[in-house]
Amino acid sequence: MSGLPWALYRKQVLAVLRLELRKNFLSRRGWWIWLLAGFPAFICVMHGLLSRSTGHDLGEDTKIFAGIFQLAYLRFAIYFGCVGIFMNLVRGDVLEKTLHYYFLAPVRREVVMIGKYLAGLAVAAFLFGGSTLVSFYFIRYHYGSEFQQWMWNGPGLGHMGWYLVTAALACLGYGAVFLLMGLLVRNPMIPAAVVMVWEGINNFLPAFLQQISVIYYLKSLTPVNVVEEGPLAMLAVTADPAPAWLAITGVVLVSGLLVLYAAVRSRRFEISYAE
Amino acid sequence: MTPANIGIVFDDVSRFYGEVLGINHVNLTIPPGVTSLVGPNGSGKTTLMNLMTGLIQPTRGSVRVLGIPAGRPEEIFRRVGYCTQFDAFPKGMTGYEFLYGFLLVHGWARADAERGAVAALERVSLTETAHRKVAGYSKGMRQRIKLAQAMAHNPEVLILDEPLNGLDPMARAETIALFEQWGAEGRYVIVSSHILHEVDRISDQVILLSHGYVVAEGEISGVRSEVKDQPMQVLVRCPKPGLLASRLFQQDHVVEASIQEDGRSVMIRTLDADSLYLLLNRVVVEDGIELDGVSPADADVNSVYQYLIRPQGGAV
Repeated sequence: MSGLPWALYRKQVLAVLRLELRKNFLSRRGWWIWLLAGFPAFICVMHGLLSRSTGHDLGEDTKIFAGIFQLAYLRFAIYFGCVGIFMNLVRGDVLEKTLHYYFLAPVRREVVMIGKYLAGLAVAAFLFGGSTLVSFYFIRYHYGSEFQQWMWNGPGLGHMGWYLVTAALACLGYGAVFLLMGLLVRNPMIPAAVVMVWEGINNFLPAFLQQISVIYYLKSLTPVNVVEEGPLAMLAVTADPAPAWLAITGVVLVSGLLVLYAAVRSRRFEISYAE
Repeated sequence: MTPANIGIVFDDVSRFYGEVLGINHVNLTIPPGVTSLVGPNGSGKTTLMNLMTGLIQPTRGSVRVLGIPAGRPEEIFRRVGYCTQFDAFPKGMTGYEFLYGFLLVHGWARADAERGAVAALERVSLTETAHRKVAGYSKGMRQRIKLAQAMAHNPEVLILDEPLNGLDPMARAETIALFEQWGAEGRYVIVSSHILHEVDRISDQVILLSHGYVVAEGEISGVRSEVKDQPMQVLVRCPKPGLLASRLFQQDHVVEASIQEDGRSVMIRTLDADSLYLLLNRVVVEDGIELDGVSPADADVNSVYQYLIRPQGGAV
């Protein structure tokens, strides 16, 4: 390992990252991902504006936000956002017939994959982390000093931190899954649907199967339970949550392994645009 | 440098796309200089090039470029440049950004990548349009920016898939001169092209492909002389073409001798070129017929292609 040119790899990862960021942040094909990120934030902003005149309280809105985060962010926006961002890292280049430019450079394909993954992660974390922050703030800002008090002298800052960590881990985990899928499968809709069903039925599975999913660990990290009973609780509440250290380590480790496998697998990837 | 590190070597290479044959049982050693790959569409030219550069893997056999296995891009592309047929570019980039960005991927420092990009743009005469989006380039400009990308890192091996496509006559002449220069410097320039007379002008050797098989390889004159079933054509210029023709007709190996319209030359078709040349020497000495010039008329890529591949139904 010490004989490997790590300084060169670092430079090459940064070069790939730079090219990919240009493509992913500003590409026309990714407009709907911006919409996905903006959609829950829009709901929260509207809720903040409209609930001035209603009798909501801060505790109630904290629960509403927890619901929006779990259902609109984790199960919808971040999930499909990651499908769009990470599957296109390889498959998008194949469709545009530009992947060969990377493969014609003196760079290990593993380095290209890692550069691409980091670029996807940066875009996803920026969009969905940013959107989470906007939502978190606008759903409560109208409470004024009560909100300030809750934020700085209460649990607010901690909640915000956990939501951001959870959003980032969601991007990390789903990103790794869909990077690999983009490399292995031609039609992204099939694996996206399969993973969605798997993640969707997570709460109905036996405990040991629940742990083979991203959503199990993410739900374990959210600071507020949505509801204790009813059909929504079936989706949003984890009966036996993983401890935070395990949830974070688990998502990071599994993501790392998936990215590593994608990187190694990319060595066998062939340029065949006619498919 | 050991012999194993010289040349581009295909060792019993086959490649199938599912059940479709790409190339089959190819054994080749490509030496330095300009080598042309000639064959009809679907004959395996691009497959051969993609195998050399590791974009696809052989189903069987192995490919080594300058001693490096083709599946190691991190080593190969320090010494190899490949201009593919794919006419697509990353969206939103200018010509300069395209070259600069990918030189950074090579691992070059920013200043070196800047200089390299500028030099490559100059080499293909795109300096003035360097900061325009590639998407707005003409077909010829896109072809030139691809050439610039293949050559930007000054490779020892340059692989070019239909590099003259879309170029105007001036750019075509400049590009051909560049290939000739690179070949003369002892680099490997491998070109596939369907413009046979241009291929003929620049090639040191030729590889003829048909239906996934190598039909012939080597220097063009050598390949031509191997085509035994087609009489060689030799044009002889002399002031007494009628006398020369009548003298030649006495030989068994001369199939045809026709006086050309200019009245000063004879086109001879012979089954034995060596005997013909000896006979011409005797004619000069014994019969006193002056010869102004003797030149093979069909020892070119086009003729070789017509003889070897056309009968199989191939069209360039």
